[in-house]
Amino acid sequence: MSEPPPAPAAPPESTPAEPQARPKGSFARAVLDAVIEGNSVVVTILAIITAMVLGGLLIAFTNSTVLEAWGRFFADPGHAIAQAWGTASGAYVAIFEGSIFNPHTVASLFHQKSMSVALKDGTVSAVFDPLSETAVSATPLILAGLSVAIAFRAGLFNIGGQSQFIGGAILATWLGFGVSMPPVIHPIVCVLGGFAGGAVLGWAVGFLKARTGAHEVIVTIMVNYVMAYLLSYLLSKPSLLEKAGSNGNLISPDIAGDAHLPLLFGTHLRINAGFLVALACAAGVWWLMSRSTLGFEFRTVGANPNAARSAGMSVTRSWILVMLIAGGLAGLAGSSVIQGTDFSLNFQSYGTYGIDAITVALLGRARPGGVVWAALLYGALHAGAPLMQTSTGVPVDIVQVIQALIVMFVAAPPLVRAIFRLREARASGTGQVLSKGWNS
Amino acid sequence: MTTLAVTGRSPVSIGRRWAAPAAFVVLGLIDLLFFGHYAHHGDATLAFSQPFAKVTVPNLSLPGRETAYAMGAASLALAVVRGFELGKVVRRVTIGLVLFFFVIALLCWAYAGSTNTFNVINQFQGTLADSIPLILGVLAGCLCERSGVINIAIEGQLLLGAFAGAIFASAFGVLWLGVIAGSVAGGLVGLLLGVFAITYLVDQIILGVVLNVFVSGLTGYLYDKVLIPYANTLNSPSTYLPIKIPLLGDIPIIGPVFFDSTLFLYLTYILVAAVQLGLFRTAWGLRVRAVGEHPAAADTVGISVRLTRYRNVILAGLIAGIGGAFLTIGSVGSFGKDMSSGKGYIALAAMIFGRWTPLGGVGAALLFGFTFELQSILSTIQVPIASYFLLMVPYVATIIAVAGLVGQVRAPAADGQPYVKA
Repeated sequence: MSEPPPAPAAPPESTPAEPQARPKGSFARAVLDAVIEGNSVVVTILAIITAMVLGGLLIAFTNSTVLEAWGRFFADPGHAIAQAWGTASGAYVAIFEGSIFNPHTVASLFHQKSMSVALKDGTVSAVFDPLSETAVSATPLILAGLSVAIAFRAGLFNIGGQSQFIGGAILATWLGFGVSMPPVIHPIVCVLGGFAGGAVLGWAVGFLKARTGAHEVIVTIMVNYVMAYLLSYLLSKPSLLEKAGSNGNLISPDIAGDAHLPLLFGTHLRINAGFLVALACAAGVWWLMSRSTLGFEFRTVGANPNAARSAGMSVTRSWILVMLIAGGLAGLAGSSVIQGTDFSLNFQSYGTYGIDAITVALLGRARPGGVVWAALLYGALHAGAPLMQTSTGVPVDIVQVIQALIVMFVAAPPLVRAIFRLREARASGTGQVLSKGWNS
Repeated sequence: MTTLAVTGRSPVSIGRRWAAPAAFVVLGLIDLLFFGHYAHHGDATLAFSQPFAKVTVPNLSLPGRETAYAMGAASLALAVVRGFELGKVVRRVTIGLVLFFFVIALLCWAYAGSTNTFNVINQFQGTLADSIPLILGVLAGCLCERSGVINIAIEGQLLLGAFAGAIFASAFGVLWLGVIAGSVAGGLVGLLLGVFAITYLVDQIILGVVLNVFVSGLTGYLYDKVLIPYANTLNSPSTYLPIKIPLLGDIPIIGPVFFDSTLFLYLTYILVAAVQLGLFRTAWGLRVRAVGEHPAAADTVGISVRLTRYRNVILAGLIAGIGGAFLTIGSVGSFGKDMSSGKGYIALAAMIFGRWTPLGGVGAALLFGFTFELQSILSTIQVPIASYFLLMVPYVATIIAVAGLVGQVRAPAADGQPYVKA
């Protein structure tokens, strides 16, 4: 149906993670099994394809030219189908050009006199600009996605990404403009402040759950609203975060230049050190969950709290700690946006990161590597969407639709198997997050 | 899993005994030290009738500062009373009184010495109007969760209901078609929830969140693509006008609040009664609750768990969809992006606050509606209060509620757990 960005999906670790009942055999046999039965990687790819096809249909059949052509379907079916295909693929091509690679930029590169001129006037940067934008969009998604993912592994559902993002952003912004520090120290302190701002809120949620049994989903949803209003309040008080003379626009002063995260490839590209921080955090989370005792406890608590308690682990301590870390990661997402791209805080800075993070974590199957891939995919969709809207007139909201559809299909492997007529898996390795109720 | 919650909760019992008196003291001190101390000299005037009413009730003038002090003192006295062992009803009455005192003190502080009057009728009318989508959302939540399916998708049901309501009412120029379309749209989201939760056993909390994202994206997309270019035909519905019920509508105070409103309010009355009685006074309700508490047992006695759940989830969607339609054709008319603005989540909170019962949830929804309306009225008279803090009240109250400080909150036992027939 379309030309999706090439193979961005496939979380690589999920295959070795389900070694049980996989018969020893040749590599080809394993691949064949994976395709026929639909293991998690295959199901994920098929889910992405299905979602993009459905998104393409939505794009095509809300286009007046296409609808006109389909009105005369029996007179000229070829034309109708070609119109639909052209519209949908046009939108996806625009996303691709805005997020990965745009051939026009290369063409203009060849028109330059020499490489040095091209380097200077930014034509070279223009070639890499889409990729840079993808990385920039992906940075907060990786961090917030890790936050949701790590909580998932301990059996908690962190919908509080938004509030923790706000908490981190508030502290990072305040440290950024309110405190003066030496150049190299300043951004580091702000980043740490971002972590702390989110971690406090995450800790509070974990603490409430551990001490009173308050369900984290309800508490995080409520804290999201409380923090959104608190943010507006802080931005409306000149003595707190309001920018002087902003006349109630609810915006903070710009953070100091030396608190910015350093750009990685010159001033023409927005990609900054935040991306490296995000990747480092992914590696850190991987180490924590797969190699450390604490991570083992988290996973045990997530898999079976009663067993964990019997084995002498403190379930409540794990809840509190994992929410603290999760909150901190979401807070880092806030600091990465403030220090990396926006440089000031406004009452809507939190955007939809909290919800996007959930979709990222689910698509990445709550594994750090998977989260990075998923965040890059969604980051690419976000980065490419504006170009799609300006060049083809398809509203950017389609990205949200595709994002939700992908997760719905990823979460329902039996449905994907039914659509593609795959055999039932021998070992059900695709069930990922346990269903549980409010009382757990 | 349930044992977890129990062991986790035990340390609270001691704290809970003193939580209410402590809260009373805090509120009483705010009455005294803030509202009383900072009130301007002069009277605060409360009005009890609207202009041109057949029967008018005289305005009530209260000396601002003195009243606030009295309210604070009364709250502190109640805190002392609350320290003793009390019956359930008395405990609830004390909570209500302290909250009432707090609101009166707040109004005295805000209006003392001001030429503006606080119109009680407008406040309560606004409260009911703000509460309609919340109440219908609460009913949707109760129907779903009592049968064992967690419904976080209320938000999406409201939003799609609002969207469909506006389009159909606008395109065909028939308002009741908008109500039906809105309801059906909510039901469709319910059906989707059912298919994924009941048939494909997807985690219901995750599913609800994702459905909300999906509906938000879909309506946002269609809004830009279709509703903006064809705004005149597709997004300019007329709205329901208030219908005054003869006789009842002329009763002072009560009449204009309860019996002079749009079709939606009357529909809400009927639905609240129907759901409450249906769930707790009929065989159908007993079966639904059995499925939500112990599906295996229900199955054994011949109740179809899947069918019951599907029916309830769709029914819930239909009701929430009406609440969505209210957002467009019941109040502002045209549809706007993400116009449900978190009301579905508040409804969810209200349902939990009301301990999974329709009437309790309605009470919580009214409380939330009251604070929203109070906030919007106070923001128009420019009181030096941070209205943001008033907006936080429902959310903070919900956190306190689920943290068990207001009493044990327990969901239906099988809520959120998919049932696979053995």
